[in-house]
Amino acid sequence: MLGVIRQRVTCRGIPTLTLEQGMRVVASRTFSSSAKEITVREALNSALDEEMSADPRVFLMGEEVGEYQGAYKISKGLLEKYGPDRVVDTPITEAGFTGIGVGAAYYGLKPVIEFMTFNFSMQAIDHIINSAAKSNYMSAGQISVPIVFRGPNGAAAGVGAQHSQCYAAWYGSIPGLKVLAPYSSEDARGLLKAAIRDPDPVVFLENELLYGESFPISAETLDSSFSLPIGKAKIEREGKDVTITAFSKMVGYALQIRNLKTNEMVFPRMFYNRIRVRVLRIICINLQSYIFYNCMWNPYRLPGILAKEGISAEVINLRSIRPLDRSTINASVRKTNRLVTVEEGFPQHGVGAEICASVLEDSFEYLDAPVERIAGADVPMPYAANLERMAVPQQRGLATDQVHWPQLPKRYKELKLTKINL
Amino acid sequence: MGFLGTINPSSWSSYFTHNHASWCKYIRYPTSISCKQPTLFTSHRFKSVKPENQLDSMHNGNDAQVLNFPGGMVKFTPDLKFMSESLEERIHCYRVLDDFGQPISNDFVQIDEEMAVKMYKDMVTLQIMDTIFYEAQRQGRLSFYVTAIGEEAINIASAAALHMDDLVFPQYREAGVLLWRGFTLQEFANQCFGNKYDNGKGRQMPIHYGSNKHNYFTVASTVATQLPHAVGAAYALKMDGRDACTITYFGDGGTSTGDFHAALNFAAVMEAPVIFFCRNNGWAISTPVADQFRSDGIVVRGQAYGVRSIRVDGNDALAVYSAVHEARKMAISECRPVLIEALTYRAGHHSTSDDSSKYRPVEEIEWWRVARDPVTRFRNWIEREGWWSAHAESELRNSIRKQVLHAIQNAEKVEKPTVREIFTDVYDVPPSNLSDQEISLRETIERHPQDYPPDCPTS
Repeated sequence: MLGVIRQRVTCRGIPTLTLEQGMRVVASRTFSSSAKEITVREALNSALDEEMSADPRVFLMGEEVGEYQGAYKISKGLLEKYGPDRVVDTPITEAGFTGIGVGAAYYGLKPVIEFMTFNFSMQAIDHIINSAAKSNYMSAGQISVPIVFRGPNGAAAGVGAQHSQCYAAWYGSIPGLKVLAPYSSEDARGLLKAAIRDPDPVVFLENELLYGESFPISAETLDSSFSLPIGKAKIEREGKDVTITAFSKMVGYALQIRNLKTNEMVFPRMFYNRIRVRVLRIICINLQSYIFYNCMWNPYRLPGILAKEGISAEVINLRSIRPLDRSTINASVRKTNRLVTVEEGFPQHGVGAEICASVLEDSFEYLDAPVERIAGADVPMPYAANLERMAVPQQRGLATDQVHWPQLPKRYKELKLTKINL
Repeated sequence: MGFLGTINPSSWSSYFTHNHASWCKYIRYPTSISCKQPTLFTSHRFKSVKPENQLDSMHNGNDAQVLNFPGGMVKFTPDLKFMSESLEERIHCYRVLDDFGQPISNDFVQIDEEMAVKMYKDMVTLQIMDTIFYEAQRQGRLSFYVTAIGEEAINIASAAALHMDDLVFPQYREAGVLLWRGFTLQEFANQCFGNKYDNGKGRQMPIHYGSNKHNYFTVASTVATQLPHAVGAAYALKMDGRDACTITYFGDGGTSTGDFHAALNFAAVMEAPVIFFCRNNGWAISTPVADQFRSDGIVVRGQAYGVRSIRVDGNDALAVYSAVHEARKMAISECRPVLIEALTYRAGHHSTSDDSSKYRPVEEIEWWRVARDPVTRFRNWIEREGWWSAHAESELRNSIRKQVLHAIQNAEKVEKPTVREIFTDVYDVPPSNLSDQEISLRETIERHPQDYPPDCPTS
């Protein structure tokens, strides 16, 4: 029994079942009325469908979006419904079809350009930045570019270095672009609709592993006029001891370590600098006893690692990388006095770096400890499953062979003492 | 039947005709009234892999066997023969007037006196404007300038053959197109000086003109990025059912980029009404065409992409006019891209940052500038037609010269855009962080005015 559990939990480092179940627990407290759940894939598909039917200028273009129903089936059924003039299958040239989409947007259409993954957007990045993002400014308002670039971003599972990079930080630094990173189905629907309606170019960073995740959804979200504001972060869970900021898949992880009993949360240590660890060093816990306990007795109401230690964490789902909701983050840090930023991408010049800087500039006196950045390892993503697991922040069990021990226990004791003394 | 007997061919044809019918009712906008055939990608898909008649076709023809590979029927040959890397003779170049302005062709689009005189006046204006603005840069009054010396016929004649509704996606040597469409000398000067009357709000370097009113998309410095933009906009025009096309200009150097390939390929596949106008002027800064490509110019590439193409004498205004006129008709009525290669010579330097005497003989430049001047050639023709005279010539030149100098003097005196324009147009609605930055910048300017340029108004 334990072998089966261990296998399920440690397979590829992403315990889908527990994540899903965890989300139900977490989310069910917010959306108490409706029990309907939809996957992120369905949320995106329905948002695209509704926006295309509401505005005839919206059209979808990309590789495999039509006949193949979408490389990840996000555009399923759209070719049949809207025809090949509005769901355009393209030859393999990201630079080409991105340029063509930008040209169509110059004219006044509203293209939604799909990249099979954002890694391929590097082929088209000149058009995204020089032809789309900067055009309104360079033309002094004469050329507006109401275009959306969307697709999966960041690490998937077992796809190697050239398919796993996170582009949030790169696109997030460009004036003229808006960059969104949804997490749940509600985020996906609301933000995609807002992106399509927005007159500025928007980069919409989805996540392949979240496509199949189900989230509860309210009736309001399912309405075709629903949309979320761009530039507002969401406080997923309130807390008072530490603020954790995350976006996309990492929001799920942050919620889990906050709420659920997890085996272990391991962060690749950033070897290239010496950011000192404070509050959020997670102890390595004996997996077996926890999992056993989880499965045998009502697992969903057990407090998470942090809760167990008496640490109440506030989890912020950024939703919008650009514009970054600095006011929500700073207000939260001023309340909790500690900050941990979580992201999957490379650590240097990452989203966490910008959040750190913002908090240091605006809320320096409120910080009780240096800001901690959790990020992916500073290496191109390896392919081997064990190496891949260790290159991104994730939950892992002791049952795995490779355990990452970044000198935790001693330091944590120091921290614990510090916390108690305060 | 044979070995493919399990597939029933008739079921294939009924499949795609049924789907054609069901898709038609979902098309919510009028299909292009001018295009003969709507695009239905899926029917092409199923057609090309239709297995019926496979065995019959294998015995078609007397000696040559054919087979239905994906992409269509192709005949076999027993000869191991490679296609030559070039044709025996270079593609012929269409011209109407000879070097002295005498018509040598009957096959051209006639233009009346009014059109011819306007064309000539604009060619002269462009030439004088370029000369004087270039001098202004040399005097230090402008930071940068790009001339179109030697390419006046391309600029004006191609613009004259288009309608105002056609969208222009320029590179940077097509100020004449904007001039034809009604951009005034003062507006040109305002953009070059980046003053507050510049409709580009001083955001870009000189010669990066752009005007919505004139359907001329703002010049961008990136090379050949305007090609796929033009295709996208042409596709949008097609979806809109408009009686208009797009035209995009680029040089011989721009054809080496990836965007050129993607744009031509896509335009052919999407059947977009776009005119690709290549100004093959022999030089890409200091790179001669021999170092740029080994094909016979650009015109031969059209066929490689399935795009109809023509080579014209770019210094012959009538030839350029006729070619663009016909291309426009084809592009709109048949919904197809057209490639025009205009052979010409860049008689000026690449820009004011270039001294082309360093990489080409001065005699060559002079010969092209004087003996092969497109403006002179056209003038010879209109004088022969009785529509122009030496008196009109000197009057025109004096008047234009005065106007250009006047425009420069005015533009120089006008103040620059305000500090506020640093922060507008980044997004549709200015975000709060930029408003904060503007406030903080204004405060800093107030506190330390000596550190900021004196001609930078804050209100």
